[in-house]
Amino acid sequence: MDKSEKTALSLSGILLVVFFGAIMYASIAKNIDVPTCITDMDPFVSDTLFETGSDSYELHMVARMWAFQPSTVRLPVGSTVDLYVTSQDIIHGFKIDRKNVNLMAVPGAINYVRVTFDEPGEYLYACHEFCGAAHHTMAGRFIIEDRNDLTDAGGPL
Amino acid sequence: MENYSFRFSKSSKYLNATLLIIPMVLLFIGVYGGFMQTLFRAGIVQSDPFVGGDYYKGLTFHGVLNAIVFTTFFAVALGNALIPYSLQKQLNSKIAWASGILMLVGSVVAAVVIFIGEATVLYTFYPPLKAHPLFYIGLTLLVVGSWLAFYNWIPMYLEWRRENEGIKTPLAVVGMFTTFIIWFIASLAVAVEILAMLLPWSLGLVDEVNVMLARTLFWFFGHPLVYFWLLPAYVMYYSFMPKIAGGKLYSDMAGRLVFMMFILFSIPVGTHHQYMDPAIGAQWKLLHGVFTFAVALPSLITAFTLAASLEYAGRKNGGTGLFGWMWKLPYFDKEKWFFPYLILGLIIFIFGGIGGIINASYQMNIVIHNTAWVPGHFHLTVAGPVLLAFLGGSLYLIGQFMNKEIRFKGWAMISPYIYTIGLFIMSYGLKIGGLKGMPRRTNTGASYANPDSILYQPDWITYIDLSVIGGSIMFIGIIMYLVPFFGTVFAKSVSDEEGAVVTFPISEPLHDEPATWLRNFKPYVIIAIILIILSYTPVILDVLEATYGGSLPYSPNSPIPLR
Ligand code: HEM
Ligand SMILES: [Cu+2]
Ligand SMILES: [Cu+2]
Repeated sequence: MDKSEKTALSLSGILLVVFFGAIMYASIAKNIDVPTCITDMDPFVSDTLFETGSDSYELHMVARMWAFQPSTVRLPVGSTVDLYVTSQDIIHGFKIDRKNVNLMAVPGAINYVRVTFDEPGEYLYACHEFCGAAHHTMAGRFIIEDRNDLTDAGGPL
Repeated sequence: MENYSFRFSKSSKYLNATLLIIPMVLLFIGVYGGFMQTLFRAGIVQSDPFVGGDYYKGLTFHGVLNAIVFTTFFAVALGNALIPYSLQKQLNSKIAWASGILMLVGSVVAAVVIFIGEATVLYTFYPPLKAHPLFYIGLTLLVVGSWLAFYNWIPMYLEWRRENEGIKTPLAVVGMFTTFIIWFIASLAVAVEILAMLLPWSLGLVDEVNVMLARTLFWFFGHPLVYFWLLPAYVMYYSFMPKIAGGKLYSDMAGRLVFMMFILFSIPVGTHHQYMDPAIGAQWKLLHGVFTFAVALPSLITAFTLAASLEYAGRKNGGTGLFGWMWKLPYFDKEKWFFPYLILGLIIFIFGGIGGIINASYQMNIVIHNTAWVPGHFHLTVAGPVLLAFLGGSLYLIGQFMNKEIRFKGWAMISPYIYTIGLFIMSYGLKIGGLKGMPRRTNTGASYANPDSILYQPDWITYIDLSVIGGSIMFIGIIMYLVPFFGTVFAKSVSDEEGAVVTFPISEPLHDEPATWLRNFKPYVIIAIILIILSYTPVILDVLEATYGGSLPYSPNSPIPLR
């Protein structure tokens, strides 16, 4: 192999190692990770939301043709949610707009992610895996409210 | 290594012409589907005026016909042409015809089932959406037919090796064998998925299917599938392009190294399509991510080697200075109409490659997974470099095998430029739309892009419109290509010989290293199998451990299971 070819090969290798280093940095230092294998959670067939501490919630989300249950989730700003997602029928996708949350909802398995809402506003979640004829209508919203709005509305949900 | 010719028998001549013409018709139908999709997405049409049916039926035949049928046929046709040519041996035309007929019957059966609306499951056919059993049978026949074509080349290669001890196997043959070794190993997984799981389940012989397991087997196949698309294009880049540009291949060894690296790392990476899936440990996803980075390396080497080959050609053509050589390449030479198909593909692949590294980057996948970014990305790979190289290759081969002078060379030369412009516009729209949250595989026209819908997303409209503009230009580009293709098919033959006398522009190497350690597939295949076992065992175990209950079949039209 001639010299310039070797240089190109080494530079390419170094570039990929640097990229990989960035991934490890995000994972270890910034704690950004992809969903992992969950075995300690019992299967669920209906949706529930409950408070697990101050500002922390656990949400069991069920995707089905063609709606998410729940389809609207109201929470106060600053909430941290342990989100478990599964599907009742076929494969669906779940991604929260403007949040680092993206999960496949697969029947026969439970997916998990933790998410914190620091900004008030509406966050769309649209199904992003083809799930039949009305797939494009399958969506829901997190509505994250300021503390003062909440007192009028009478608390979360 | 001067330009030599090889005479194909009459039977192989007709076979190869068939393997090129029929898929071209199917490609046209598929591309029409793609164009309609852009209109659906913008809400311009609500049902298909010609073939009927909704967005998702169109999306299914678009994906299946373009990405599975057309590509497989071309890969087989290229092998059926380059392997006999490079080894100077006749094909066993009985086996070759059997393979071709299986592929044709399989594709037509699958296509008909899709068109009558019995298989709206998209080209990934994830259960528990169920297609008509004939859809699975059709796909199986297509794959088995392609295996048979490969099987036909093996004795030719072994015989050649015995007769030519100590001589390097021609690079084109190495490339075609690499393509089909990867294809064979990968398609074993999808064969298991179809034959052991989906087909009996769709026939009603078993009730339930493990969806995560089926999905994992699919992606065992699904990533190497993209190399099955890409590698025939690489074969043409390495063997044809330097010669057409007027130069030599910069390094023969680089080409061989690249192909062997693809054998090693193409397969143990499939879980990068499942980063967002449940039931697979994050650490195994990361491991597949590492191997994905490893498989980026051969593409980076290719970028260098091909650029260096073009620089050599440009300087030989009189280019000087640091960049002057770039302007001395045959971009607009009608007689070298093949060159634009290759060089434009490479330019597109710069963006396709960057997008691929982004997708592979573990957490970064959270941002783009299943958004419109993804089709934006892969039109820059499979519908970019792969498609253009295959179109150029099809036109070249049809001229050679039918003994015809290429007609409308000007159209042939200009159409890839038109297509590329459209492609950049469409992909830009899809990719940025995706970053704004627009999902893929979604008929936005009926909801998110409809101002009367409660789901209306005004932010996405600009990008949806850009994909209409880009998609229309791409469609025009394809029609401009079909003029020279069918013009040539129906032109008068320039000779009335039996059989076909075929010549390929095979490049000579500039640096011709001995590369003795790259001459044998065996050690690479063995290491690849070890890597596959190491990387897939924990994934499969996780899936089996973490999933509960199986799934009954569903139709796309109802939330009630079919039984
Ligand atoms: C005129 C040319 C083309 C246009 C306008 C076009 C347009 C599109 C559009 C709008 C989508 C759908 C996006 C979605 O809803 O997710 C799509 C999907 C796709 N296209 Fe194309 N495309 C073209 C050519 C091609 C070619 C030549 C290939 C392959 C060789 C190809 C392969 C695919 C695949 C595999 C999908 C994904 C299908 C799926 O998600 O199930 N396209 N295309
Ligand atoms: Cu859905
Ligand atoms: Cu992949």
